[in-house]
Amino acid sequence: MSEQVSAEKVPVTVLTGYLGAGKTTLLNRILSEPHGKKYAVIVNEFGEIGIDNDLVVGADEEVFEMNNGCICCTVRGDLVRILDGLMRRKGKFDAVIVETTGLADPAPVAQTFFIDENIGRRTRLDAVVAVADAKWLKDRLKDAPEAKNQIAFADVILINKTDLVSREELNEVEARIRAINPYAKIHRTERAQIPLDEVLGRHAFDLDRILDIEPEFLVNEEDHGHSHGHDHHHDHGHSHADGNRHGGLKHYHDEDMQSVSLRSDAPLDPDKFFPWVQELVQKEGPNILRCKGILSFKNDDDRFVFQGVHMILDGNHQRPWNKDEKRNSRIVFIGRNLPEEKIRQGFASCTA
Amino acid sequence: MTDTRSQSVSVVDRTRAVAAGAPVIGAHFLGRAAVFVLGEEALVFVEPEAEPRRIAIHGGAILATAANDELIVSGGDDGKVAAINTEGEVSTLAADAKHRWIDHVALGPDGVVAWSAGKSAFVQAKELREFEAPSTVGGLAFLPKGLRLAVAHYNGASLWFPNAPQAAPEKLEWKGSHLGITVSPDGRFLVTTMQEPMLHGWRLADGKHMRMSGYATRVTSLGWTTGGRFLATSGSTQLILWPFQTKDGPMGKQPRLLAPSEQRVTVVVCHPRQEIVAIGYGDGMVLFVRLEDGAEILAKKPGTTPVSALAWSADGRLFAFATEDGEAGVLDLA
Repeated sequence: MSEQVSAEKVPVTVLTGYLGAGKTTLLNRILSEPHGKKYAVIVNEFGEIGIDNDLVVGADEEVFEMNNGCICCTVRGDLVRILDGLMRRKGKFDAVIVETTGLADPAPVAQTFFIDENIGRRTRLDAVVAVADAKWLKDRLKDAPEAKNQIAFADVILINKTDLVSREELNEVEARIRAINPYAKIHRTERAQIPLDEVLGRHAFDLDRILDIEPEFLVNEEDHGHSHGHDHHHDHGHSHADGNRHGGLKHYHDEDMQSVSLRSDAPLDPDKFFPWVQELVQKEGPNILRCKGILSFKNDDDRFVFQGVHMILDGNHQRPWNKDEKRNSRIVFIGRNLPEEKIRQGFASCTA
Repeated sequence: MTDTRSQSVSVVDRTRAVAAGAPVIGAHFLGRAAVFVLGEEALVFVEPEAEPRRIAIHGGAILATAANDELIVSGGDDGKVAAINTEGEVSTLAADAKHRWIDHVALGPDGVVAWSAGKSAFVQAKELREFEAPSTVGGLAFLPKGLRLAVAHYNGASLWFPNAPQAAPEKLEWKGSHLGITVSPDGRFLVTTMQEPMLHGWRLADGKHMRMSGYATRVTSLGWTTGGRFLATSGSTQLILWPFQTKDGPMGKQPRLLAPSEQRVTVVVCHPRQEIVAIGYGDGMVLFVRLEDGAEILAKKPGTTPVSALAWSADGRLFAFATEDGEAGVLDLA
């Protein structure tokens, strides 16, 4: 094996979704398409996965708390073990797919990559993909906090089984998803039919690829199966009256899960910003599912990018701002019962 | 750092280079033969004056090995526990009924073999005994006397007497995920490595706790210096040595720090007879450091990938190293 290959981190994609939404269908699709790639698949139950070439490993979903008194600092203990073992066979597969159970919280999976240095050095979390049932998600968002967590956490969301609902119902469920997570890529699918490059190789957790943290806009009905960004800006941080029509599509405000997006055209003072954000995630960590941001600091010609899961933050200088690029700072938080006004005021006080 | 060390005493010219041909995850000596454990399927058996032999031992990844001077036992993702003797002969000791990965293996007094698959720990004594841990087993270690196995798991460790199946295992509790375990050579202390960058220890006589923290990263390699005076560990950019010679062990004490580098320490292994520790670094360098005066000897120059395995022969005259990309060597220090 050449050094270059061995230095490359193996991408890991996490498949989530409530019971019966179609995760296994998507997994089977990924494995059976003629892509010529091999996957190592970590599953919880050896079920109806048809695999010839691929490596399948059973997992236990052991969520372990870290011994630091923080209840949201958790890792998937079984993943630490399994990924370590899989890395012995590096070169035998192109990527790893982790299928979680319907009730699983994706955060411990993601945090495993940030907390465990051994894992983080050899693998990289590519994206969290959630499969949602077009017909039943609406109900699950009401009665299953796990389902809402999965939607809020995801980078890519498949609204699956679209053939079982009317167009109105589909728009409705999509608006419900957007109310919780305006940043994920949404796709509408039947039997989880989707081009694989929409779910694999997304680089959603690469700091270098935090390019656009504007909210993704709603899928056009005509563009079935595709989503694309919209020019038009909309501040999803603020709340809407339930069912308010906007641009022809309904907007909802979720009762307990929201996103707060912040922007500052004035450069930030790093000596104010870092203590503020540290304290915020210390205090609100259990409620903050994810955050990311692109920052412009005073007297600094480089963009600073960061992301976080609960209390864990990861950031770095990325690259110089381009000449034609507007130097501003943007941050989003997705979480539960976030104290929006307090966050806004705190952020506003970080300007230089 | 490298530059200054190129001037220090070196034994690099005593190296017999070995091309392992694949990433190496472990190294042991069986008598005079250096044995390199590959990440997958095979061992490379290197006897003095003979061509290296590649010996197949598992049908997939090799997940764990343990050795005494006569036997190496290994666990694989093929669900098998295998062994290889000084002649290079391979045997299968056990096969998991559910084809689970064999995550950990340990060798005890009189060559008793233990292994774990998921939450189950097994000991092959006169009969096969099984212990169900409260979570996935993080590590196994035999106590030096009697047939007693220490099992690391979530929220602590259990001490299990395989020959007294009706007796409840003794529980040592400490919150968090315990991923590795070792017992001091005199059997007085038990130490686990944790998911957090720290160690946790218990004095077995009274269950007294000791926390050993201050690490930059999770500790993945550790060992006892000869006589058990120090516990040498990775987890930093220098060798960490926790003092265990007194009855309180490292309680209230600071560790000794030796052989600092800009690179992280990836593997440590203690000389069997003298207070010398071999240290492998993230840049591929290997140093020997003498505890008495901190003197360093260069055993391998920096290369391209991290050191992944080190071993001393039982008499300390032969030394083996290997890296993640399969660069390996045997040094004759006699």
